[in-house]
Parts: sequence; C-alpha cells; structure tokens
Amino acid sequence: MLRYTIRRLIETVPVLVGVSVVVFMFLRLIPGDPALTLLGERATEANLARVREQLGIDQPIYIQYWRYMRGVMQFDVGKSIRSNRPIADEARGRFPATIELATTALVLATAVGVTGGIIAGVGRGTFADHVARVVSLGGVSIPIFWLGLVLIWVFAVELGWLPADGRLSASMKYSPRTGFVLIDGLIAARYDLVRDALWHLVLPAVALSTVPMAVIMRMTRSAMLEVLRADYIRTARAKGLSERIVTARHAVKNAALPVVTTIGLQVGFLLSGAILTETIFSWPGIGRWVFDSILLRDYPVVQGMTLMVATIFVTVNLVVDLIYAALDPRISYQ
Amino acid sequence: MTGVPGLAMSSSAAGRAATPAVSFAPRPRRTPLGDAWNRLRRDRGAIVGLSLITVMVLLAFGAPLLAPHDPIEQTLIKRLQPPSAEFLFGTDDLGRDVFSRVLHGGRISLRVGIISVALGTVTGAFLGLLSGYAGRWIDSVISRSMEIVLAFPGTLLAIAIVAARGPGLQNTMLAVGLVSVPVYARLMRAGVLSLREREFVTAARCLGASDQRILFSHILPNGLTPLIVQSTLGIAGAIVEAAALGFLGLGAQPPAAEWGAMLTDARNFLLNAPWAMIFPGLAIMVTVLGFNLFGDGVRDALDPQMKQ
Repeated sequence: MLRYTIRRLIETVPVLVGVSVVVFMFLRLIPGDPALTLLGERATEANLARVREQLGIDQPIYIQYWRYMRGVMQFDVGKSIRSNRPIADEARGRFPATIELATTALVLATAVGVTGGIIAGVGRGTFADHVARVVSLGGVSIPIFWLGLVLIWVFAVELGWLPADGRLSASMKYSPRTGFVLIDGLIAARYDLVRDALWHLVLPAVALSTVPMAVIMRMTRSAMLEVLRADYIRTARAKGLSERIVTARHAVKNAALPVVTTIGLQVGFLLSGAILTETIFSWPGIGRWVFDSILLRDYPVVQGMTLMVATIFVTVNLVVDLIYAALDPRISYQ
Repeated sequence: MTGVPGLAMSSSAAGRAATPAVSFAPRPRRTPLGDAWNRLRRDRGAIVGLSLITVMVLLAFGAPLLAPHDPIEQTLIKRLQPPSAEFLFGTDDLGRDVFSRVLHGGRISLRVGIISVALGTVTGAFLGLLSGYAGRWIDSVISRSMEIVLAFPGTLLAIAIVAARGPGLQNTMLAVGLVSVPVYARLMRAGVLSLREREFVTAARCLGASDQRILFSHILPNGLTPLIVQSTLGIAGAIVEAAALGFLGLGAQPPAAEWGAMLTDARNFLLNAPWAMIFPGLAIMVTVLGFNLFGDGVRDALDPQMKQ
C-alpha cells in the first residue's frame, strides 16, 4: 500500500506541472497586448508599464514561467489588477464561504443520493424506484442556474420563506475567526448566527447539490443492482439472514466502492458549479469572485483561481484513488 | 427480428433463440444496426427522448415561419406583459416576445450543441486512434496531455477559455468542444487497444493491408459504438454548458435570442415577469432531457449486456 501510494504521488507530479503550464499559458490566449486588454483604451502609459511588469510579459517566456512557478511554490500567484492586493490574501477571505457551500451541497447530495439509490436498487421496479429514476434523470437534465432562479422566485419572491442572497442577514453582527460562519457560530455558542447562516445556505446548497445528487443516486442504484445479483448475496439469503441484514451488511458495503469514486468526482462539478450558484445567490465566495473578475478583466485572479481549483481537483481525485485502493483488497499495488 | 412472439419481449435473448427455428424459409436480412434499432424502438424512454428532440428540432427549423413576432424587435410600451393570446409566453423587459425568442433560441442551442460535440468527437477520435495504434511515445504524449485537460473541472476550463479568447458563440463552441476531447480520445484509445489484437485485424494484416486501411476500415468502424453513445449524451451536456456560458454573459451576445442569455435578462424581473425566466429554462431542460433519454436508450440498444 505504501509503495502504491508513493507511485500514485509521483504520477501526480507531471499532471500538476502540465496544469501549471496550461494555466500559465492562459494569459497568452488573450489576443493582442494583454496589458492593453486588461486596462482598456484609456490607460496611461505608466499603468500599462506597471501591468506589463506585473504580468512579467516583458521577459522571455521560460523566465516568465520560472518566475510564475517560483511564486506559486510560495503560494504567491500574483496581484489582482483591480485592487493591487495579493490574490492569495484576497482568496483567503473568500475561500471559507465556498467551502461551506460546497460541503453542505455535497453532504446533501450524498445523503439523498445514496439513500435514494439504495431504496431504488433494493426495490427494483417499485414505485420508489420509478421516482428515483425520474429524479435522477431530471437532476442531470436541469440547468442549475435556472433551478437557482426558480428556487429564488418560488421560495424568496413569492412565498418569502427563505433569503435569496448573501451568507448572513445584514443585521447579523459578528467578527470572523475561522471564516466558516457555522463553525464560528458554534464555537461562540451564537445559535442565532448558526440559524441565520443555515437559513441562507438552504437555497444555494439545494441548487448546487442537484446534479451531484442525481449522479450519485444513479450510480448507487446500478451498483446495488449489480451487487444484489452476486452469489454471496444468494448465500447470505440461503443461510437465513433477514433481508435487512443482507442489504445493510452484505450489499451496501460491497456497492460502496464505485459510489465513493463517484462522490469524489463530484468535487470538480461543485467547484465549477459554484461560479454559477454563487453568482445567482450573491454568495461572497471564490466562484462569484472569479465571475466578477472575468467581467472586470482581472485575469490574474481568474488564472490564480483556475490553478487553485485544478490543484484541489487533482488532489481530491488522488485521495479518492487511495481510499479506493485501501477499501478494496482485490486491487493489486504492483 | 421477426416471429417468436413469446420471446420478443426480452431483447437480447430473442436474437439467439431465433436460430434453431424449424422453418427454412428465407428470413429478412439482419444487420447489427437493424437489431439495435429494433431494441431502441421498444425502449419507451428512448422513444420519448427521440420525440422531444424531434419536436425541438422542428420548432427550431421552423422558427422563422412559426414565430409570431420578431425575436429581437423591441416594443417598449408592451414590456413585461403576462402570457396572453398575442404573446403566448409573455414579453420581456424590452417588450420582446418571449415565445418567438424561445423558438429562435433553439436554433442557437442545437447548433452549438451539435457543432461542439462534433468538434470534440472528431478531434478525440483522431487522437485516440493515433494514441492507441501508434503506441510508444506518441501514446505517452497524447495520454498525458489528455490527463492534464481532465485535471480541470470541465465547465471551469470552458469558462476560462472563453474569458481569455473573448465572449461569443464561436469561442463558446470551441471551448465546450475542446473540453470534451479527452473523454472521446480515451474511449477511442481503449477501443483500439482491444481491437488491434483481434483476429480480424491480424487477418487483414496478413492479407497485406496498410496501416491506414487497418485503422480506418477495420478498427475505426468497430470502435465507434462507445463514441456514438457518448456523443449523444455529450450533446445534452454541451447544450447546458453553452447555456451556462450564455447566462454568464460569455456566450451569444445581445440582442441574440439565446436561452442562457435570456435568463440573465429575466433575472432582474422575477417579481414582475417570472414567465420571462421560466420558459427559456424549460426549453433548455426539455431539450437536454430529450438527449439524455435518447442517449441512455442508444447505449442500451448498442450494448445490451450493459443494460441494468
């Protein structure tokens, strides 16, 4: 297992290097003079020079890449053109909001998806199975930005039950410690804060969780169907175990492997889906920041955040692979 | 697939069970494609999907004739009107007929979906063939490059590409297509690797067929099945992705009637004119649902063993 882990770690290095090259080339995709594109026609020559130097485009390309990577190694991905502040600093303030939203969505998607998938798989052809199939088909077909707008319209505009934007009500005063409102609220025993934060989380988390939920449900259902056909399930039934124990101990455990992988793969979707969800719900996280930066042509921010998200994605996939290998004794590590 | 009524229900069994029939009367010729079509015909989901696609395609083609109003003409005194006989889906904030815009939007979305998937499939298939057949360093270079592209969440990469290249439909198609290339390349490569060891390929090689002939006449047609399945489902994904880019203001530019972009406009008028938001979204969902249903059916029909 140790050797397998080390091998997978080493295999990840060229991928990450490749990712950094692609992200580095990002600014070179901009047609014309990037400095002029970033600042617009009315930019002064001094500002243009500042941006050119900041982007490093007055240097040969391999030196530019070397400099960029040297920065990246020290968690320095450059400065925002608009605010002239280090991108890493600005990201730190926004990161918790995105993680809080994405985690809630993933937990929701996993809970509903796995439960629904198990019920559908065990009761194949029943009413519950049909409901699950319709839900999972609808879930992958619905555009989440539209679902977000429909949720706002129904639950915020028409019914007035839930808030449609932000992480907290304007009246809520609080000084962030970890930046995660839910954690901060629990530490300080501010239950009003926790309730307000949860209230704001409902709509964006539901919108963001729809696609992963549908995918997980579908995968769980087909994994259950596959496992329930196996010989050891027949054996378990034959020796007189109750259907509940057969399902819980024998079937679900063995169906868990592909489901774990599927859940891991959803992280990529959550991170890019956050751009749409956060934009719709005015959620002050990374996604909305990337979107605003695209509109403002603050490309270094887009570049830095793309690199960060891709790195997270690669890391999560690696971890999922390792978990899979650890869970499945049949996988050979050679 | 004629006769044997009792067995006609179980799709794959019927084909095999028909062989020991007593009658020696000539049967209609069966082809793999014909068999697949017969299975597809009996799949209710696939037929529903195909019907949805057909309706959306007809509406899109017929848009210039069917649309009661000009999709981009503004009639400001008639802004934010609720659905009525004159304006079936109501009007938007600039007094444009939402129904006409939804009809015309189908032309853009279907075109974007099909072109970007075609781009992704053709490029991916070519790279996959090359990678699987040539092997050695060519395979390594292509496979590693595909891994790198896959290291980015798809939508994010598409957004980044369009953000850098500049907004517009052309860049949207390019970005959505490029992001999907690795999926097709991997499928094709896997197909080539298993096919090139098969007897019929060895036979062709013994008969002196050139690499080119083996690749394009023997391996490609036999390895296409998973690509066909994936590209049918891929159109669904491409339409959603393109609409998302449109929604973010990176796709089709105003005043073009594009479903995603229509939602951006409608966002600010949820209270006064929810219809301007509901109908374009429904149109996306119905189209995508159609391709998903049909794609699932195609997969089951082409590969009955995979059916669960």
